[in-house]
Amino acid sequence: MKRRFLSLIVVVLLLGIVLSGCKTATTTAKTVKIAVVGPLTGAQATFGEGNKNGALLAIEEWNAKGGPAGYKIEYVLGDSQCDPKAAADVAKKVVDEDKVQFIIGAVCSSETIPIVDYASTKKVVLMSGTSTSAKVTVDDSGNTKKYAFRACFIDPFQGKVMAGFALNNLKAKTAAVVLEVGNDYIIGLAEEFKKAFEAGGGKVVVYESFVKEDTDFSAILAKVKDANPDVFFVPTYYDKVSLIGAQAKQKGITSVLLGGDGWDSADLDTAAVEGGFFSNHYHPGDSRPIVVDWIKKYQAKYNKVPDALATGGYDAANLVLAAIDKAGSIDPDAVVTAIEGISYDAVSGKITFDAQHNPIKAAAVLKVQGGQVLYEATVNP
Amino acid sequence: MQKLLNRIAVSVRKSPVIWAIGVLLLAWLAGRARQNPVLFAQFLVDGIRLGFVYALVALGYTMVYGIVRLINFAHGDVFMIGAFAAFFATTRYHWSFVPAMVLAMVVCAFLSVVIERIAYKPLRDAPRISALITAVGMSFFLEYFTALNFVFTPNFIVFAPQPLQFKSWNVLGVTVSNIMFVIIAVGTICLVALYYLVYRTKLGKAMRAVAWDKPTARLMGIDVDLVITFTFALGAALAGVGGMLYVVAYPQIRTFLGVMPGLKSFIAAVFGGIGSIPGAFIGALTIGMVETLAAGYLSSTLRDTIVFSILIIVLLLRPTGLFGEAAKEKA
Repeated sequence: MKRRFLSLIVVVLLLGIVLSGCKTATTTAKTVKIAVVGPLTGAQATFGEGNKNGALLAIEEWNAKGGPAGYKIEYVLGDSQCDPKAAADVAKKVVDEDKVQFIIGAVCSSETIPIVDYASTKKVVLMSGTSTSAKVTVDDSGNTKKYAFRACFIDPFQGKVMAGFALNNLKAKTAAVVLEVGNDYIIGLAEEFKKAFEAGGGKVVVYESFVKEDTDFSAILAKVKDANPDVFFVPTYYDKVSLIGAQAKQKGITSVLLGGDGWDSADLDTAAVEGGFFSNHYHPGDSRPIVVDWIKKYQAKYNKVPDALATGGYDAANLVLAAIDKAGSIDPDAVVTAIEGISYDAVSGKITFDAQHNPIKAAAVLKVQGGQVLYEATVNP
Repeated sequence: MQKLLNRIAVSVRKSPVIWAIGVLLLAWLAGRARQNPVLFAQFLVDGIRLGFVYALVALGYTMVYGIVRLINFAHGDVFMIGAFAAFFATTRYHWSFVPAMVLAMVVCAFLSVVIERIAYKPLRDAPRISALITAVGMSFFLEYFTALNFVFTPNFIVFAPQPLQFKSWNVLGVTVSNIMFVIIAVGTICLVALYYLVYRTKLGKAMRAVAWDKPTARLMGIDVDLVITFTFALGAALAGVGGMLYVVAYPQIRTFLGVMPGLKSFIAAVFGGIGSIPGAFIGALTIGMVETLAAGYLSSTLRDTIVFSILIIVLLLRPTGLFGEAAKEKA
């Protein structure tokens, strides 16, 4: 508690410095105020750190170029702690006290949703770099939230990407799919994969579910072995796929393992999923010039390789600023229209938006080989 | 043979509906097996492998119940400790398979003796429900204490490198692996050794005597406390072997690893007739097989439901289990 109080003081002091900086800056004619929000303290602090670093780098670059449409950018930081309550407080603070017109963030979907809901009432446009829950941009009755956008793909989209990768890159004709009941993320990926794979002319020969507590997958794997599909889609988190992969190897299953960003962990058993592919938002091994350039810039400033969160923050900030530049004003409705019509070359791929304010963009497909995760391809939906 | 047939005939007359359901189930299984015999054989082979692991755990349940009438719910967690002991021995200290297994046995036996002395012995004359509640408490203590960050942490650990180089063969389309052979071989050796110990040695005779009638056994000069301690140690050593074999087959360890196998082994012991050694073995093989067949032909999500339904059905229809009546000798 004491530490949290201390960090609060530090944040307040930092904000004070930032705000006093703002006051001297308001002498120039045109300014735009942006809040960069994410968990800066707590267990997910590293997520917020990456998001913040990426967003601030983008702001710095635009300011150096003279700002979008000639507006000088001022920013404030908000600490949403990956917690819905803290996030709601932060939303009120940045919107009512700091009077920002735009928000970059937040990181966790659970914190972004309350921020969106408050910011929208004040016509503050929000762009999240990493919140993947569908509810960030769509309300419960299925209507798009007008002022909310995201720069990352939503969960089920990865199922579509991996189906495309299996059909086109691996030339797969048959697939097996397993899913964990009660996990929306995994079910979303599995259902979307099945739909897209069958629409693309493939056949799903095994479609099985298991429960969270399972450790013995021999019956499911016996069926997979019997059907011998070209690919085996296991969109679980890294712990389960490590176990399923190991047992599949024991069974002598040679189908290529496929998965989603749930595999993305240092704890993934790379021997168990050797030869498998999974989708992710971005990979530093991508050789496109924009990625190489981004890594170089980030390393020069922060002395480390940018992770997916830093990239998300950078892309999100760039999208908003490019839209302001395009709209030529900071009027929220004009900027929303500009974002809806944008086609932007971001680090994580070329981005356009669909009707639900989700980006239509490519995903990175990574390969597990020799104990390492390597960049394989960029797949367009 | 004649006696067995007579008993079956009596049973059929007494509860024809249950026999009819049983026969229908078997017919349905045979139908599915004819559709794809290779897949059916694969399910059976996997079921036997799982059954042998359950058997090693179920024996501990049944022996302890036989001798002190206590369902030792911490047994599944002793199984988990065995898995961890084997894991540390093989991956950190590079022990080979057999020494690691012996270590797992020793660690589990020691732990179980300590648990018995601290938690169960003071309650031996208390109502049986008190000891049962203590056993449940002990189970939770082991799970959550080992999940602390300075013990084993709550995260899972991948069991690699394995103490056995994995090999598999294709026999008429059915995949069999060296791990499976090791599980069956080790399981069989343990069973035969246990059978010999219980029925052919003086110590075994003492165990059976204590199980039968404690006061009289004491009058005959048997050190009852020592025999009980030994029974706990023996059951735990088998669980240690089971724990190691389990994580070799499913190479991932967590501190909650013992919960499900522990419960299922308990069901196996009840199904076979708790207190009966052959019953525990047959029960475990049956549960292993039912589990894989249910997951294979129905759904993985239904598997646990079906296994736990067996417990309820057995308790309702035949609380003594398969061998409950026949097994006069308890160990």
